[in-house]
Amino acid sequence: MDNPALAPERQLDTTTVDEAIGYLRSEHADAVSLDDRDGYQGIIIGSGRLLEVARVIRDDLGFDYLSSATAVDYLGAGDHLEMVYHAYRTSGGGALVFKAQTDREKAEIPSLVSVWRGADFQEREAWDLMGIKFPGHHNLQRILMWEGFQGHPLRKDWREAYYEEEQKPFDSRWPGGHVHRAEEKNIFGKNVSYPPDIDLGRLMDTSESAVYQSLGLGVDVERIMDKDGFETNELVVNMGPHHPSTHGVFRMVLTVDGETVTSLEPVMGYLHRNHEKIGERNTYLHNIPFTDRLDYISSMGNNHGYVLAVEQLMSLGRKYNPPTYRSEALRVMMVELSRIVNHLWAIGFWLNDIGAFFTPVLYFVQERERILDFFEAVAGSRMMCNYMRFGGLFGDLPARIKSVSNLTNDRVRDYNTIQFLTEMINERIPRTIDDLERLLTQNEILIERSVGVGVLSRDDAINYSAAGPLLRGSGVAYDIRRAEPYSIYPELDFDIAVEEEGDMYARYRVRVAEMRESVRILKQILPRLEATAGESIWADGKPGAYAPRVPHGEAYGRVENGKGELGYYVVSAGGWGGSSNPWRYHVRAPSFINLTPMGIMSRGHKVADIVGILGSIDIVLGETDR
Amino acid sequence: MYGTGLAKGLMLTLRHFVESYVDDIRYGFRKYHHSTDNFGIRQGTQTKGVITVQYPDEKVAVPERFRFVPFLIVEDEDHPTRAGKDWCTSCGICAKVCPPQCIWIVRGNDPNTGRPVPEPEAFFIDIDICMNCGYCAEYCPFDAIKMDHDYELASYDRTTHHIHDKERLSKPNSYWRSIAPTRAYEEMLARGTWEHKDAAKEARRGAAASRASAPPPAAERPAAPQAQAAASEASASGETAAPAPAAEGATPWTEDEAKREERRRKALERKARRAAKRGS
Repeated sequence: MDNPALAPERQLDTTTVDEAIGYLRSEHADAVSLDDRDGYQGIIIGSGRLLEVARVIRDDLGFDYLSSATAVDYLGAGDHLEMVYHAYRTSGGGALVFKAQTDREKAEIPSLVSVWRGADFQEREAWDLMGIKFPGHHNLQRILMWEGFQGHPLRKDWREAYYEEEQKPFDSRWPGGHVHRAEEKNIFGKNVSYPPDIDLGRLMDTSESAVYQSLGLGVDVERIMDKDGFETNELVVNMGPHHPSTHGVFRMVLTVDGETVTSLEPVMGYLHRNHEKIGERNTYLHNIPFTDRLDYISSMGNNHGYVLAVEQLMSLGRKYNPPTYRSEALRVMMVELSRIVNHLWAIGFWLNDIGAFFTPVLYFVQERERILDFFEAVAGSRMMCNYMRFGGLFGDLPARIKSVSNLTNDRVRDYNTIQFLTEMINERIPRTIDDLERLLTQNEILIERSVGVGVLSRDDAINYSAAGPLLRGSGVAYDIRRAEPYSIYPELDFDIAVEEEGDMYARYRVRVAEMRESVRILKQILPRLEATAGESIWADGKPGAYAPRVPHGEAYGRVENGKGELGYYVVSAGGWGGSSNPWRYHVRAPSFINLTPMGIMSRGHKVADIVGILGSIDIVLGETDR
Repeated sequence: MYGTGLAKGLMLTLRHFVESYVDDIRYGFRKYHHSTDNFGIRQGTQTKGVITVQYPDEKVAVPERFRFVPFLIVEDEDHPTRAGKDWCTSCGICAKVCPPQCIWIVRGNDPNTGRPVPEPEAFFIDIDICMNCGYCAEYCPFDAIKMDHDYELASYDRTTHHIHDKERLSKPNSYWRSIAPTRAYEEMLARGTWEHKDAAKEARRGAAASRASAPPPAAERPAAPQAQAAASEASASGETAAPAPAAEGATPWTEDEAKREERRRKALERKARRAAKRGS
């Protein structure tokens, strides 16, 4: 692998993305063509020369950060599969979108893992769900589905077990909606088909041996002589899927030499529900509450990323009103509050993982509860907020956070919303962060436990597409709110939290600093809310339609969520197939991609540290497995 | 010096320990007693003590916007003309916006003419599938479906209890006004009447017809107590809500059959076109 650190010296003078595309088209005219489909952007690279051009993109043009790599099935619209890559510069700016196309029957696209290691899991996902083979990939196995699963579920001609119709709304619901349970009509088993050459009596699970093989464990286990001449073997330890430290059903297969980890392979997919296939069946509006269920700690941020992507698409059409200023201010406020919630949660459970058992986390949860109370009063739900809409919001702030007694033993609360918010932002949250720092930042045990553990170097962090506090803890000042600003962030005054060391402690410090920056942002939002009081949250004064027409095109909406870069790649078929349902809906999940460097971060540490390293990455399995 | 960080942190836990008793000292043994109204303080922003709620001896009353499983609004039993009638017109928008598609509606038909009537014959919600997103209530053009506040729905058998039919779903309008007075008031402002949209339209038409012969009577009608409460709240904020006079014996669906038939024909055409498009 080339050393990406050398890249800047060779960089050409192509500051904008358009200039970069111009350079590629002039220098590699035979391989590169402009993607001139209606509403599409970027370039299409002939897959034969993809690897070569990708190196140019990284080294010569300086797009060192591969944010997203995903596949789209254009069945019925060219009948090809397409890999879509979004590469960015860590110095900021827009995306260089490049694509490679391949035949549906014999789908092969060269692997880019040798250029960006961050493509590793994403290519495995594309193989798993879309069936594209990546020659050159070191470990091309299914990642979300199990080995032995037949078919590739994101292909347009694949149908799920409880298949009813291609797209919602289903015709059976109205006007003749005689209710039935899906499992009664389609009991489990009817949809299972076996390939003809399989002998059910001799059915064997091959997935385990495949996992162990990827760790380099063949039949002959390597023999190690320790310093006293004892013959020792490497031991394989399975942590999870039911392990309290993994924050869900997540499994790590480690090989240990004594107590030192020599290699680690994350195994996931236990919570996989093919969110993206559901998303393609759904209408655009239907998807918003589904995004809540990805990273369920910060559902406001999930909503935001998705509505930004769809709003990008809608803005291509004629009938689109961007959200009002008040809407944007409310969105930013909600997202920043979720960021605080997310970081309190992340730090709390990371501390749990490394031994500060439950005292700190309960202190933080008290404040989180109050923020969730606020979400509940405004959006209607504590965690599954479903608050944002295309071009607006579900509703403005209520005048009072007020409850009405309904059930027996109900106790009533009644606060003025703005006063509640002001006291939270000016007093309680800063006080909690102060408490947190006093409790732990200088704690000697914590420092000894976390400094120098789980180090991710700056170059690796970029190359492995790490995002969020994981990236910024490694000294890369990359925050999408600054690198490619959205909403009203350009006018807000805040700093990017960065730490140089790249270890667990650095990530903890980044999270604490980010919470302080969030409070700073919230303090600037409050006067903006007062100034816009009475303004509608909808540009034309009335709520958006329930079935918005989304024009043909593609969009990649990304936000800086608590866990890192959350991106939504949405393709609208517009003219050629139902325009109120997305043709492709992909989630670039930070919890998923941040696990790519887990292996290199863990090498050489003790088993007990693995728990802490995983906690310091901060994953949520709802988002990892989708 | 090694250990100062530790000691500082331990001082903080000590502070938290002491603060957790502040409320107990202030309220004595009456802290969790019904008559001691310290709940808002205990849960609020000024408290320093513990915020624990002793469920189920005490429950947090949920805010108005809270959403948990939809219900259908029917007119109160004491409504002069439409007692027990559905607000739902079975237009099907809730079934269309439902993300997990948990709403099933059988549109009503007039037994004599066979034409659809704006009233659901059957209405089912599978609450196992419902994801409590609130879209049905948000996009219902008739304010006929609302999200409930009763979150205690545990049952012993999901196969028999978790599909709510129309009978189980129906709750009186006064219930909605009691659990969400502010929102009911806002909806009234948007509709322009406390009555159902169609009933109000019918009433206006009836009033216009009677105006030709005689001056209309003053709008006087016994309102439900909750409605009065909401209305008094409304008048407190400087606005008055005049309930629309209800028309005698008016059934909204007997009006303008030709127009309705025309709409139905057009809708069927649209649907056929859509199906053809999808097939091609």
